[in-house]
Amino acid sequence: MLNRIKQKLEAAFPGAKVQIADTSAGHVTHNSAGAHLAVLIIYKGFAGKSLVEQHQLVYAALKEEMKEQVHALKIKTRTE
Amino acid sequence: MNQEMKKIIEQKINSSKVFLFMKGTPEDPQCGFSAQVVQILDDLGIEFGSFDILSDESIRQGIKEYSNWPTIPQLYINGKFIGGCDIVRELAASGELMELIRK
Repeated sequence: MLNRIKQKLEAAFPGAKVQIADTSAGHVTHNSAGAHLAVLIIYKGFAGKSLVEQHQLVYAALKEEMKEQVHALKIKTRTE
Repeated sequence: MNQEMKKIIEQKINSSKVFLFMKGTPEDPQCGFSAQVVQILDDLGIEFGSFDILSDESIRQGIKEYSNWPTIPQLYINGKFIGGCDIVRELAASGELMELIRK
């Protein structure tokens, strides 16, 4: 799943550097299903956009995954 | 989104200057991310209203659509969507959160 998400993000943000990590192990006591992931996306196209707008773009790119497979996504965005 | 749901959500958001949609209650959060936002607000001495989305499935879905944001928690200040846990943490660290609240 990690590879597919990485590919989706790279397709959505051309030229971006994408790092992704599965942090589910830190949430073993959590009472709901779905993976906990952390992504770092460095993308020039984020320039001039608010944090909310940047994160909304990331969520939009992973719309399908956010429905079930991913419970929580820790997002870090930078422009360079 | 139907008008009825929009109205219900806006009533909640506007019921308090700072409003949090969360899992559980401030006293008993049911998710680590909701707990973190409560902690940040408490640490800054910010008073806020909240709603437990686990108590109402239609509002749980409605709020995601309303804000175009797929996860909970969601923080609103002066009726405006601010962000989820990561953004609230960043804004708190930079001091911008308090600026938004003083407006």
